[in-house]
Amino acid sequence: MRVHLYERIWIGVAIGLVLLFLAAIGYGAYAFSAHPPSHVETIDPRRAREDARFARPGVRVRPDGRVEVVVLAQLFSFAPREIRVPAGRPVTFRLTSPDVIHGFQIVGTNGNAMVVPGYVSEFTTVFREPGEYLIVCNEYCGLGHHMMHGKLIVMPEGV
Amino acid sequence: MELVVERDAQGVVPARPVGAAPASGWRRLALAHFAVAFGAFGVAALIAVMQALSRANTALPFRSPAIFYLSVTAHGVLMALVFTTFFIMGLGYVVARTALGRELVSERLGWAAFVVSALGTVLAVAVILAGEATVLYTFYPPLKAHPLFYIGATLLVAGSWLWCAVMLRSYRVWRRDHPQEPVPLAMHGMLATVIVWLLATAGVAAEMLFLLIPWSLGLRETVDPVLARTLFWWFGHPLVYFWLLPAYTLWYAVLPRQVGGKLFSDPLARLVFVLFILFSTPVGFHHQFMDPGIAGGWKLAHTVSTYAILLPSFITAFTVIASLEVAGRLRGARGLFDWIPRLPWSDPFFASVALAMLTFAAGGFGGAINAAFGMNAMVHNTAWVQGHFHLTVGTAVALTFMGASYWLLPQLTGRPLRLRSLARVQPYLWFFGMLTFSVVSHATGLMGMPRRVYDASYGGHPAAQAWQAWTGLSALGGVVLFVSAMSFVTVMVASATNPRRQEASAIVYAEPLEALPRSRPVWDRFGLWAAVAVLLVVAAYGYPLWSLLRLERFGSPGYSPF
Repeated sequence: MRVHLYERIWIGVAIGLVLLFLAAIGYGAYAFSAHPPSHVETIDPRRAREDARFARPGVRVRPDGRVEVVVLAQLFSFAPREIRVPAGRPVTFRLTSPDVIHGFQIVGTNGNAMVVPGYVSEFTTVFREPGEYLIVCNEYCGLGHHMMHGKLIVMPEGV
Repeated sequence: MELVVERDAQGVVPARPVGAAPASGWRRLALAHFAVAFGAFGVAALIAVMQALSRANTALPFRSPAIFYLSVTAHGVLMALVFTTFFIMGLGYVVARTALGRELVSERLGWAAFVVSALGTVLAVAVILAGEATVLYTFYPPLKAHPLFYIGATLLVAGSWLWCAVMLRSYRVWRRDHPQEPVPLAMHGMLATVIVWLLATAGVAAEMLFLLIPWSLGLRETVDPVLARTLFWWFGHPLVYFWLLPAYTLWYAVLPRQVGGKLFSDPLARLVFVLFILFSTPVGFHHQFMDPGIAGGWKLAHTVSTYAILLPSFITAFTVIASLEVAGRLRGARGLFDWIPRLPWSDPFFASVALAMLTFAAGGFGGAINAAFGMNAMVHNTAWVQGHFHLTVGTAVALTFMGASYWLLPQLTGRPLRLRSLARVQPYLWFFGMLTFSVVSHATGLMGMPRRVYDASYGGHPAAQAWQAWTGLSALGGVVLFVSAMSFVTVMVASATNPRRQEASAIVYAEPLEALPRSRPVWDRFGLWAAVAVLLVVAAYGYPLWSLLRLERFGSPGYSPF
């Protein structure tokens, strides 16, 4: 197969670009732990509201000092509707749905996860900027989808 | 243009007096498919302009969440599944008949495919319009639609399998008589499309037959949504290449000739199609980055194969642009860039395809961001995503198909194009309308605006106010797109009913710059590449599916909150 010189050069450049992209992603994944929420844990969606893990949605501090936020995403609201967390500390979100698939997106941050009935989603992030953030459901869940939103209040450190 | 003579003898249809006789069998078959495709396109475009205005909170009559979400479902199904599938099936018959230069095997089976697909479409669309299937075109359970929605969609796919049979059988009969020749490139591209489609639809067929249809009929109580999503995206990403490969076929095998040039490299074009056969399917987890229940390592593995698929598109960019330069120089261009203005920018076919390719470059880079393991969280399920796929399938693919229709329709009907000046403007309207819509979607997506929401005002939160300021502009893009879509449909209808007849002209494909090899190249070993592709799919999905099935999973009953 005869391939023109310019084509060879271009293919070399293209392979180089693809490898560069992959190297950047690999570096981000390992050096900065920039990886998507991929927690594997199941739960019975029909008993999610009574399950000990989700019976009391809200914010609590774990024994190891981490802040944990337990959220139930349901047709068409988040429980709790308002979440208060400290700035500058790792916050672990644990989410599930008792009905259909929802999304949990904290606007203006990289907090974003699918909330799937039968599974527990989990991700950890740090909020550096105090302020009030909008939380939206970003996966279509029915006619009230656009009304499903909440609030995240990041309080200044030491408050 | 004297180079390849011998091949042309294979590629050309024996000239028939089309002008005098009514469309012959295969032409009628193709035209029936295009009619369904353009009908679906017109209705979906009408729905789309309503959505764009609704999103900008314009006071429309009958504006309600029920109608909005129903219309999002209808728009997605009609554009992404009906318009594309029917157009591609019609194009496949044209290519198989004219590139191979022999009758289809068989036209009757082709008509059976058409009837099954059309029946499925009617069922699914009727249920959607009745408000019984507002589950969007991704139909993620546990949202539950009327069983006829799933059955209709399955019939649409089943019909397309019969189309695959016609394509493969026509090829095999040709191959029996030409054991040592390279298959004409246009057919090479369509065969790659067929193989990608068969691999892809295995996933959605399993989802429909084992999970959704029994569940919607009440034969199964629950469904595991992550399993269903995994099977859906096994299908959902190669679906993209099912749309794209026929467009690439037109770029490689038709475009160079239409602009008076030659294809820069035939063997690389074949390599490109083989790379798509291999890497189209083992990539689906990049749509499920944000999903629980799937280990991060497998998501990373699918990221690698997703990036591998950038490669054939990079090669395509080079080969197609080089072919255009060849054309410009044959038209007398000198200097470095003089070949660009020499190209026929007022020809509707060329303008459509050139603007489609330009748009695809931008869309491709956006896709690389979506597929980035660490960056996806910034854009997942935001308006960015709709901005992205309106550049890729909504323009690179759809505008290429529209351009191809300007070229094909007169040859199939024997009636010349009417309203030429409208046809000349239409691709530019589409391009600028889409640019406006898509740039705004990308920008508001980065601001965090979710996709597919009836009302994005969120109680007047400041973040929402920031993006709401832009929705008017994207609605303007939507209106321009609507004008463009209606112009296209008008030109098609006017031309199809043109009382004037034109002389028959054969459908002829581009010649390569250098003569083809005399023997069958390794890229034509479709059975071999399909087998390797199956192995890659098993490697990418085997273990993750097995470990998912081994979990203690709790299914979900259905919900229909619409």
